[in-house]
Amino acid sequence: MSETTGVAPPQPHVAHEAHHEELGFWRKYIFSTDHKVIGIQYAVTGLLFLLFGFGLMMLMRWNLAYPGAALPLIGGLFGDARMPGGTMLPEFYNELGAMHGTIMVFLGVVPLAVGGFGNFVLPLQIGAPDMAFPKINMVSYWCLFLGGITMLGSFFVPGGAAQSGWTSYTPLANIAGTGQTWWLIGMIFLITSSLLGAINFITTTIQLRAKGLTFMRFPFFVWAQFVTAFLLLLAFPPLEAAGVMQLMDRVAGTSFFMPEGLVVSGQVLTNAGGGNTLLWQHLFWFLAHPEVYVLILPGMGIVAEIIANNTRKPLWGYRSMVYSLVFLGFMSFIVWAHHMFMTGMGTAMAAFFQTTTMIISIPSVVILTALIISLWGGSIRFNTPMLFALAFLPMFGIGGLTGLPLGLNITDIPLHDTYYVIAHFHYVVAPGTIFALLAGIYYWYPKATGRMMNETLGKIHFVGSFVCMNLIFMPMFIIGMAGVSRRLFDAGTAYDFAQPTMHWNVVSSWGTWALAVFQIPFIVNFFWSIRRGEKVAENPWHATTIEWSAPSPPPHGNFVAAPQAYRGPYEYSVPGAAKDFVPQYEAS
Amino acid sequence: MTSDHAADMTSDHAVDIDKHVRVYITVFVALMVLTVVTVAISYLDLAVPLAVTVALLVATIKGALVAGYFMHLVSEKKLIYAILVVTVAFFVALIALPLLTTSNGYWIEE
Amino acid sequence: MDIPYTVELRRDTGLNNGKIGIWLFLASEVMLFGALFASYILIRVGAPSWPRGDTILDVPLATLNTIVLIASSVTMVMAWASLMRRRFETFRIYMGGTILLGLVFLVVKYFEYTHHLALGEFPRTNNFLAIYYTLTGLHGLHVFGGMAVNAYFWGPGAKLWKTNPVWFTNRVEHSGLFWHFVDLVWIFLFPTLYLL
Repeated sequence: MSETTGVAPPQPHVAHEAHHEELGFWRKYIFSTDHKVIGIQYAVTGLLFLLFGFGLMMLMRWNLAYPGAALPLIGGLFGDARMPGGTMLPEFYNELGAMHGTIMVFLGVVPLAVGGFGNFVLPLQIGAPDMAFPKINMVSYWCLFLGGITMLGSFFVPGGAAQSGWTSYTPLANIAGTGQTWWLIGMIFLITSSLLGAINFITTTIQLRAKGLTFMRFPFFVWAQFVTAFLLLLAFPPLEAAGVMQLMDRVAGTSFFMPEGLVVSGQVLTNAGGGNTLLWQHLFWFLAHPEVYVLILPGMGIVAEIIANNTRKPLWGYRSMVYSLVFLGFMSFIVWAHHMFMTGMGTAMAAFFQTTTMIISIPSVVILTALIISLWGGSIRFNTPMLFALAFLPMFGIGGLTGLPLGLNITDIPLHDTYYVIAHFHYVVAPGTIFALLAGIYYWYPKATGRMMNETLGKIHFVGSFVCMNLIFMPMFIIGMAGVSRRLFDAGTAYDFAQPTMHWNVVSSWGTWALAVFQIPFIVNFFWSIRRGEKVAENPWHATTIEWSAPSPPPHGNFVAAPQAYRGPYEYSVPGAAKDFVPQYEAS
Repeated sequence: MTSDHAADMTSDHAVDIDKHVRVYITVFVALMVLTVVTVAISYLDLAVPLAVTVALLVATIKGALVAGYFMHLVSEKKLIYAILVVTVAFFVALIALPLLTTSNGYWIEE
Repeated sequence: MDIPYTVELRRDTGLNNGKIGIWLFLASEVMLFGALFASYILIRVGAPSWPRGDTILDVPLATLNTIVLIASSVTMVMAWASLMRRRFETFRIYMGGTILLGLVFLVVKYFEYTHHLALGEFPRTNNFLAIYYTLTGLHGLHVFGGMAVNAYFWGPGAKLWKTNPVWFTNRVEHSGLFWHFVDLVWIFLFPTLYLL
């Protein structure tokens, strides 16, 4: 018996606004412990970093389309150390590439998908007044902020930001410039942020769900965030350990990852040696594989909610989707070395990782198939969130299917580290996850602001983005299959076999710049609608999940009276019901 | 809320606690003995595989005592056990799988 | 605004929020130290030669430290038990003892480190020393962190005993779980680094 008991009945969740002394500006908007404010802070930060990371790529795409050409107008802004005479140096390309990856993954997608949507929607969707640990929630955001500042600051140190890929492989990263040290410190802040967030999400989901909200009555979005939190909790610490060891190698001269007698620029290094360079790869990918599921699962959760709502039908195969999700989460921890097939692990271990990788594709396919079948016989409403959600399905399909030859070690041999890999993972994250996140913004914007975003601008945003995404990434499969390596600053100009595919880089680049233009209607819409969007009440989408019972926007404490769940999350088109939806929170 | 909880604490729990304290002292003594044992064994100069096995075995017993009795895992709720079982599974994977991929692992064909 | 189950137990899980939160945190710490242990194994197994711990490190001193840390785990759990018995002053004695023992541990480590550094045994000297400093250093940081939290509950945080004794007792218990975990890590670190 280890616990002090005293089981009191749960307190009614009364909006306490009238009883609190009015908090000052700083406590209300900057150092807030309210999950909704923190969620918006994460979302805005994530969106800004997505834009910045996109900017880095737009620069890179210049040298890929027109290798060696001077960049007109803005080329002179980057100084002689990076773009002498407006032409890109390879080191600058590497800096842009490493930081593009790092920023998009750790400062863009995860803060928006998990920190933003998770924080804002999850407590509302389970009928909770806030997260279980509001102060820790606030700390987790500020850790992210510090990590972001560190990463941005690293551009200004001598030698520039990290340049050894977002994967920071040793021994290259060990001998890289100061920016790499900043990268490692930045990562420690970001990892801390995610760990604290994960603890909050898991505890909140288990403990603070409303009366009647059993696990199998959770909206799929809640399940997705729940599993994602476990991935973050258990997969990040090994990367933190690896980061500490790489810091020790760089700053204290240890040889965790350094062999003896490494020759750099003609000089033999004098470190003690005896380290294991592949150790870094194991520890990095132990995190980075579950990380890709962190990138996709919240998106699947968002798409599931929007599809159920806009087909006016329950999700098909909810139970299978949940079991698949949990199974996928578990399997994601034992597939990582499919990123290391070329490291000489021997056929037995390659076979092991190939097998687990093939097995993990099954739950992914189950979830995708269930979402597709959910459309059958639905009364589909083609609003902007639904358009993005619908597009997610084939885009994720392409991304997922093209992962299969990468996961089989024989076919990985010619494809490893080529543009094929870039195309594969961008399909899943860019027209995959990012489309899902955009869908989520259009969908939950009215809950957060009390106003709808403009549909016309939304549809322009959608059509332009969809076309451009495919223009950018589809040619990369072709380039990759021709054998062109990734991370070449000039797209392979020096290689004969790359010549027939060079023109595709021009297509991808113009697609990228056009994609940027098509984000303008979104950005304008986002800000314009705050003041001028159509005003709505609690449930403009006629949705069934609990967040739609709260006022738009919800007050501190969220609900006027404690919600209760009376049924499953997707009771749409129930035969005999008065409306085409019966909300989860409405007593019969 | 505060006063009735304080009252709850006194009655049945005081008896439980006395039993627990006896357990804590017993475990403390066991841990001391095992510490002496593990240091003593290290002076026997056993072959490395045997030395490692014995040392880890003793450490596991000591760890289990701390986890079971000081951390109250012997009487914890199912949810906590579930979290820990999953964690241990991944801990084992993290230790075993990279080792198996090195040339010192067992299943590599040359 | 009150967050439910901060103190009272949720009926179906039988737990309060803090208990789950601390165990989740400890799970992440298992993976953190686990990664370092995995690294130790990989580097050692791949090394052409590896010194026996007792040829470089001071076993008697580390044995003392092991005893100190285990004793601090006992005083920690006794501190919590005292609160359960509503003996606040006894809690302060045991908690104070825990903090003091933690301090002894860190002081001993300080002398260990300075002794090695004086002999020219730096982290960069060889991988045995690298992993020794890194593992014990990270562990030491955790000891320090635990001491800081314990000092808070011994000092300014103890006000909570007067207004919400159950919550205070629980928080001390959760802090104790962290402290026991730090002891647990040392129980494995000590033989691994010093005796093998």
